[in-house]
Amino acid sequence: MSDEKKLAIIATKGSLDWAYPPFILASTAAALGYETEIFFTFYGLQLLKKDLDLEVTPLGNPGMPMPMGMDKWFPVVGLALPGMQGMMTSMMKKKMASKGVADLAELRELCQEAEVKLIACQMTVDLFEMNTSEFIDGIEYAGAARFFEFAGTSDICLYI
Amino acid sequence: MADFDQELDASGLNCPLPILRAKKTLNGMESGKVLHIIATDPGSVKDFEAFANQTGNELMESKEVGGKFEFLIKKA
Repeated sequence: MSDEKKLAIIATKGSLDWAYPPFILASTAAALGYETEIFFTFYGLQLLKKDLDLEVTPLGNPGMPMPMGMDKWFPVVGLALPGMQGMMTSMMKKKMASKGVADLAELRELCQEAEVKLIACQMTVDLFEMNTSEFIDGIEYAGAARFFEFAGTSDICLYI
Repeated sequence: MADFDQELDASGLNCPLPILRAKKTLNGMESGKVLHIIATDPGSVKDFEAFANQTGNELMESKEVGGKFEFLIKKA
């Protein structure tokens, strides 16, 4: 095990789009033979819920491609309209499915199958009074020191 | 195309699924056996090269056939 390369990731974001990079990179690294751990903190903890009800928002995100020139019809204020986030989320999900992009839950399962260690930040769980029964099985609850134990020996360390 | 022992059709799947499915299939194969992979993701060409380089499984062949990408990988 000790000659394996190691990848350590910190996942901090809880939106549909930002949920992908940690799971894509971790599952791929595991397939390449990396020993991999992801430490989920703050909004990243949403990625550990059994029911992955994540959304994407165009707000504060000028880089997000908008379908049908919607950014022209709706200036910034329009993006805050009720229903906009739900609509963008549903469009993004359809687009992903049509392009053969993996379903998030599937990608997460592939990570677990490949023995990627998923660690939930205990402090965040306490801070937001999160109910751990809503989280998937097979995860560890720990703090920053636990992350450094692994990250300190890693070859690649990413903050996402 | 040379002989192969097992086939994986990853058509329609996008990054990183072709690699993940290939890895999973290879896990269930014996050393020296050959896996034939079909993919439609253009990124898979470089990805399978990189996969082979990093895992030691040999990429015996990589080609485009009628808009699809085909690979032969021999399990290390």
